[in-house]
Amino acid sequence: MAQQSTLMGFVHRRRRGAELFLLVLALAVGIGAYAAVGIGVQGEVPPDILGYGGWLAGLVIGAHVVIRLVAPYADPVLLPVVAALNGLGLAVIHRIDLAREAIDRPHGFAQQQLIWMTLGVGLFVVTLLAIRDHRVLQRFTYTSGLAAIVLLLLPILPGIGRTINGAQIWIRLGPFSFQPGEVAKVLLVIAFAGYLVLHRDALALAGRRVLFVDLPRGRDLGPILAMWLVSLGILVFQHDLGSSLLFFGLFLIMLYVATERPGWLIVGGLMFVGGATLAYFLFGHVRIRFDIWQHPFDFYTAEQGGKSFQPVEAKFGMGWGGLIGRGFGNGDPNRVPYAESDFIVSSIGEELGLTAVMAVLMMYGLIVERALRTSLICRDAFGKLVAVGLASVFAIQVFVVVGGVTGLIPLTGLTTPFLSYGGSSLVANWVIIALLLRISDQARRPLPTISDDTAAFSAEETQIVRAVSA
Amino acid sequence: MNKPIRTVSIFCLLLFLALMINATYLQYWKAGALNDNPLNRRVQVAAYSQERGAILVGRNPVAESVKSDDEYKFQRTYPKPFQYAPITGYFSYFGATGIERSRNSVLSGDDSRLFVNNFVDLISGNQPQGGNVALTINPAAQQAAYDGLQGLGSDVQGSVVAIEPSTGKILAMVSLPTYDPNKLASHDLASVTKKSAELNDDPTEPLLNRAIQTRLPPGSTFKVVTAAAAIEKGLYDADSNVPGGVTYQLPLTSGPTGEIDNEGRSCGANGSKIPFRQAMEQSCNTSFAQIAGEVGAEDMAKTADAFGFNQHYFDDLSPQALSVFPEEIDKAQLGQTGFGQFDVSATPLQMAMVSAGIANDGVVMKPYLVDEEQSADLNVLSKTDPEEFSQAVSATTAGEVKKLMVSTVEDGTASPAAIPGISVAGKTGTAQTGATDRSPYAWFISFAPADNPEVAVAVMIQNADIPRDEIAGGLLGGPIAKAVMEAVIR
Repeated sequence: MAQQSTLMGFVHRRRRGAELFLLVLALAVGIGAYAAVGIGVQGEVPPDILGYGGWLAGLVIGAHVVIRLVAPYADPVLLPVVAALNGLGLAVIHRIDLAREAIDRPHGFAQQQLIWMTLGVGLFVVTLLAIRDHRVLQRFTYTSGLAAIVLLLLPILPGIGRTINGAQIWIRLGPFSFQPGEVAKVLLVIAFAGYLVLHRDALALAGRRVLFVDLPRGRDLGPILAMWLVSLGILVFQHDLGSSLLFFGLFLIMLYVATERPGWLIVGGLMFVGGATLAYFLFGHVRIRFDIWQHPFDFYTAEQGGKSFQPVEAKFGMGWGGLIGRGFGNGDPNRVPYAESDFIVSSIGEELGLTAVMAVLMMYGLIVERALRTSLICRDAFGKLVAVGLASVFAIQVFVVVGGVTGLIPLTGLTTPFLSYGGSSLVANWVIIALLLRISDQARRPLPTISDDTAAFSAEETQIVRAVSA
Repeated sequence: MNKPIRTVSIFCLLLFLALMINATYLQYWKAGALNDNPLNRRVQVAAYSQERGAILVGRNPVAESVKSDDEYKFQRTYPKPFQYAPITGYFSYFGATGIERSRNSVLSGDDSRLFVNNFVDLISGNQPQGGNVALTINPAAQQAAYDGLQGLGSDVQGSVVAIEPSTGKILAMVSLPTYDPNKLASHDLASVTKKSAELNDDPTEPLLNRAIQTRLPPGSTFKVVTAAAAIEKGLYDADSNVPGGVTYQLPLTSGPTGEIDNEGRSCGANGSKIPFRQAMEQSCNTSFAQIAGEVGAEDMAKTADAFGFNQHYFDDLSPQALSVFPEEIDKAQLGQTGFGQFDVSATPLQMAMVSAGIANDGVVMKPYLVDEEQSADLNVLSKTDPEEFSQAVSATTAGEVKKLMVSTVEDGTASPAAIPGISVAGKTGTAQTGATDRSPYAWFISFAPADNPEVAVAVMIQNADIPRDEIAGGLLGGPIAKAVMEAVIR
């Protein structure tokens, strides 16, 4: 595909100017939202707007400059979209902070989030600088896989593991809490991609045909079975429905893309249905989630256990926000527990309305679309798989968390990328974007112009190869 | 690998489409149902934090929102809490009553007629403001009624209602015991809960608006209706003679339980005829029992219904208790209804309407309490037009009944309501409670000036800290009615 493009004389333009322009718009969203929060809640533009705006602008412009220097052909849309989402998220977290400050509850999450964002952009830059070619990551296939498994196991180790809200997905190191699953998902993408690039032929070839679909052989089911067990393990031991779904879905999609065989989707789908049914009947915490999803209003009041207080309040909030929202300061998003993290979408829906929710979903959609496009035009299989994997991580994560908050699917705990308060998630997502930009830079970069000597040599070589293969 | 990538793209597109459709469903289609869900405290908190419009009497607010420095932004305050509580009701975190409830859409600013104002406010970044509700209450009459009723002692339970006969405007509406709505509107929710429980558990029922919600036998004040029915039927006029008697044995009965008397008032000998005026002046039970028998159950019910018994006519406050004239009664019971006993029961508002109907040439106007609804910048959104409820009796009949009532004030039991220089029409009532250990209910209805009525009043005293044998409608209710009428006329 890419080769065809170059053959037809098509060369991707760098579009860094466009990126800069979009970044200005993104900053207008972030800083504008911050100002709007101040006006809406306190009646005045926040006094630190210049410092805050300057900091935010410095971060994203810095990231832009680094892209100009080390990844000039990278996709120009990703960074602005991410900057807009992160800026909006900061403003909404700031809004919740102000609400909590008013009633003397812990606050100051926005400042911490800004620090995390700074760290995230820092790692973003480091990633771009350190990984000049994404293919080097293929060397770390098994290292990544091992690291991911260790990270996933950390929270159930006594001593550092912590259980928050029933989910055992946190570790505590000194003053910092950390969600290793967020980092694990990046490592898993790399590990899956590396593994599948090597073994895709074996997984793709043999099989028997049942009703127009090629089903894989039993002996090739090993990897998917292993992944299924890992996902179930996360569900059983860590009570983390969201990550379980995310990892399994991610693996399934990457397996399908690598092998080009829809049969894997059938097998995986059946395994998912089986696992979900099993979990429903075996585990109370899964069953209650499902029941709450089906009948949210039956679990709302304290007498009924209050188990659906959070999702029902989120629905009330979003319904109350309506089409254009209440406006910053005129809603009561803080009624929803964890309005600044898992349920930040309901905060946005309440105060900025359906309009903003749609805009946010569009932005996520854009990220996924740009990642998939990168995957399409990428010249190497490993890059393609990493890009499609990262795109899937985004798509599934957004679907699971926004779908959960809005009641489309049962509620599962996952962060909303770039919006939710939470360091691990934010930093990991900035690294994901750096990887995507690196791959897209590689994919969009014109093929090196060929100098005379080597041209003759390589052409000759090619001819030889052709002759042989013919 | 590009083919599966494209498939994955379509899959992702579907995921996002599903999210968007679901968000639209939630925030657009289902928003109304979610907002109406009684579990939704958010809507209640918001309503509670709004700058509500004022409830006005004349130019002065009897309920208004003032800025407060806490999370609810505005504090609802009631400058004359006890006097107006039965009308304004209260606006608390947990709910609202009275006008606060019935006119909530205007006060809160949710009314569609306030849309343009709200839209302008939204654009200009101001908080939308609620509209005002102007009451028909005459502050002097309200004060007089409140002071008069309050003057009977601290334990008094009763109510006063005054109506402008020609329009149906309610000029005064007082109910005792009352309460302080400020205590219930407080932002200290714990104290509100406590106070609310206290008021709900109070056996004297201070939260009850007795003017429209307490239904008691109207006693002799109902004789006005009986007289109107008889005259309307063409049996008598004000100058006719009607059956009299010291005692009267109700049809179908024998012995003392079916025998009625006049508690010593002068009503002629058994079997004799006495002037209609005397029967009214002396409030002769024996006469009116017989008159009711002559009118018949059907026509009694027809006239009572025309005055508003068994009818719903009042929406400004809710719920309105229906006054009752019993159906399917035998002759003995019919006789008792003639003087407002048996199952006849009326609210003070109902008896004020009876008085006002006679005053207004037989035309009963639909009573109303809200004169105008205004936007926050005082533009009139709606003004209530007086509305005829019914032509209860003909103008001639009303004129004849009026003569009887004027006599009753000039020469009869209603004399405490007489105002020097002004012709007053009135009727007393002292209704038996049915229980020997309980004081009778004292009633008084009147209107003035008789030739061009400006105000009709009903006073009801359910319970007062006064010796039992001193309870009489004229003695207790007369002076209060007089004070209210004077407040309006002067």
